[in-house]
Amino acid sequence: MSAFDFIGVDLIPQEEPQAASLDERDRGGKQQPMLIVNGLRKYFPIRSGILQRHVGDVKAVDDVSFSVLKGETLGIVGESGCGKSTLARLLMHLIPSDSGEMIFDGDPVGGMRGLPLRDLRRNMQMVFQDSYSSLNPRLPVQDSVAYGPRVHGMNRTDAMDLACDLLDKVGLRASMFGARYPHELSGGQKQRVNIARALALNPRMIILDEAVSALDKSVEAQVLNLLGHLKREFNLTYVFISHDLNVVQYISDRVLVMYLGQVVEIGSVDAIYDTPLHPYSRALLDSRLSMDPDDRMTEPPISGDPPNPVNPPSGCRFRTRCAFAETVCAAEAPSLSQAGPDHFVACHMVRRGSGHSRLLS
Amino acid sequence: MTDVSAFRLPLFRRKREAREVRGYWASVVNRLRYDYVTLFFLTIILAIILLAIFAPLLAPFDPTKTSMAYRMKPVGFRNFILGTDELGRDMLSRLLWGGRTSLMMGLVPVAAAMVIGGLLGVIAGFRGGWVNSAIMRTMDVFYAFPSVLLAVAISGTLGGGSKNGMIALTLVFIPSICRVAESATTQVRGLDFVEAARASGASTMSIIWHHILGNVLGPVFIFASSLISVSILLGSGLSFLGLGVEPPTPDWGLMLSTLRAGIYVQPLVCALPGVAIFITSLSFNLVSDGLRQAMDVKA
Repeated sequence: MSAFDFIGVDLIPQEEPQAASLDERDRGGKQQPMLIVNGLRKYFPIRSGILQRHVGDVKAVDDVSFSVLKGETLGIVGESGCGKSTLARLLMHLIPSDSGEMIFDGDPVGGMRGLPLRDLRRNMQMVFQDSYSSLNPRLPVQDSVAYGPRVHGMNRTDAMDLACDLLDKVGLRASMFGARYPHELSGGQKQRVNIARALALNPRMIILDEAVSALDKSVEAQVLNLLGHLKREFNLTYVFISHDLNVVQYISDRVLVMYLGQVVEIGSVDAIYDTPLHPYSRALLDSRLSMDPDDRMTEPPISGDPPNPVNPPSGCRFRTRCAFAETVCAAEAPSLSQAGPDHFVACHMVRRGSGHSRLLS
Repeated sequence: MTDVSAFRLPLFRRKREAREVRGYWASVVNRLRYDYVTLFFLTIILAIILLAIFAPLLAPFDPTKTSMAYRMKPVGFRNFILGTDELGRDMLSRLLWGGRTSLMMGLVPVAAAMVIGGLLGVIAGFRGGWVNSAIMRTMDVFYAFPSVLLAVAISGTLGGGSKNGMIALTLVFIPSICRVAESATTQVRGLDFVEAARASGASTMSIIWHHILGNVLGPVFIFASSLISVSILLGSGLSFLGLGVEPPTPDWGLMLSTLRAGIYVQPLVCALPGVAIFITSLSFNLVSDGLRQAMDVKA
């Protein structure tokens, strides 16, 4: 990491921006969630043989429903391959979904009468994990930032002014970094550029797909602080996808736990981290390493690999690795049921009368 | 929300400071400035091009005027600085005029193939799927033939003449350039910045123009510049076989062909067109190599 990262930090304006409670872009009112996702599904077909016959599907995202409230940060956690990134790409409409609907601030997305995709993308942006490949190596970074506004009809001078202002906002002095190429920046600086690019369209919601995972710890902390600051200044809503449970706890208001393409538990960060109910969430949280050297982990809280998403287990998808699995778990898939004021769990043990011998909560 | 001009960022306007870092092409030029070998051969190419352009002014004689009295004269014979050929025509004038046709044979087919092949390659790479298969398998059919054979076959079918020769050479170069463009596009297409561009609402054309072409042009340009010498040689070969330029139009390949009978009478004079071809293609090769190094961003 170069020393300029630290120069950058000082450039963030210190005064607290005024609370932007009144956002004229707000259409649905304060109570309307920013984004409602309903029954989102994406199967990737597997084809084989000379005739490319359809032999099965990778059920990457299978019937996922949740909502993101205005101004909150929703953390999405889950192990590798559980469909987090596919979900992000589905939300951005970078890949078409097989079924399911999205409602952005009261407007259904797509379709004949719905919110056009172009408008959705103005309002929803994404920061990718790989900071290097998400910047065009042949464009100076200020041009990369200015590209979005240019696409949306801003003239060149204004777009470049905007890009330079945004680079300043994310802590990179535009006069020093603007004309540089991505390979001349460090990983943290590149991710700042990516954040500036996401901000360039003045979005209301940003999806951060493992945005800080590839950064080293000190830079990660800087970028997390920057994200918090920008959120207040620009009145943003975040969807924060990560496998780092500590970071998610730090930044999120609510947390969504995914397992094998499905939501297993969703709730406020305190509910999930203090009283996780789903056996998978518990195992996931137990797998965090303790800071106390005397409190060593002796046996793994969860063992084995997740089952093949081509052929997921019947009923509850977690039952093959669950210590409490019973016959009802194989017979019937649990639906999300309420376990607290802002806490929903998809487990038979939470629902009274499900046929499971245990009852949690 | 639908008004595209409504960017309401709470930002203050200020004069943008001047760019302190030079752009991509400026950095390429800067790297070339210290590459003396490339600079030297670039000068030679420029000199050859200038000589060809100003051939009508520089040539001491009419390149097609024959003279039975002065056939096969050696270098330095009277006013014939580089001697005369088998029909008594001034070699210097013919070499200067021949440079025009030979350079045309070298540059025009490559430029045409770069546009056509590059376009096809970018389309194939960007669309993928069956479009890619259709384009690339067609290219493979052409690719299966040796390039010399293909050039001879095409220009043989079309008939002689320099125009048909250039068409034949263009067709020969399209598949290889297309392949370079396709692989470069495929590499770039899967990267996140293309996704990010799409996520910002850009159209396919805009993405290709701003994000794909910039990354594809470099490799294609370098590859095409290495083909110029091949094109000059192939064009000379076609003329040599009587398929390209028709006599009495001066052309280095054709001169080499008609003079080969006199190789025992005036070896030096007969070798001159070959020397011209050699110097030109060597220069283009070395300059292309230097360009490749200079255009490598991470060098």
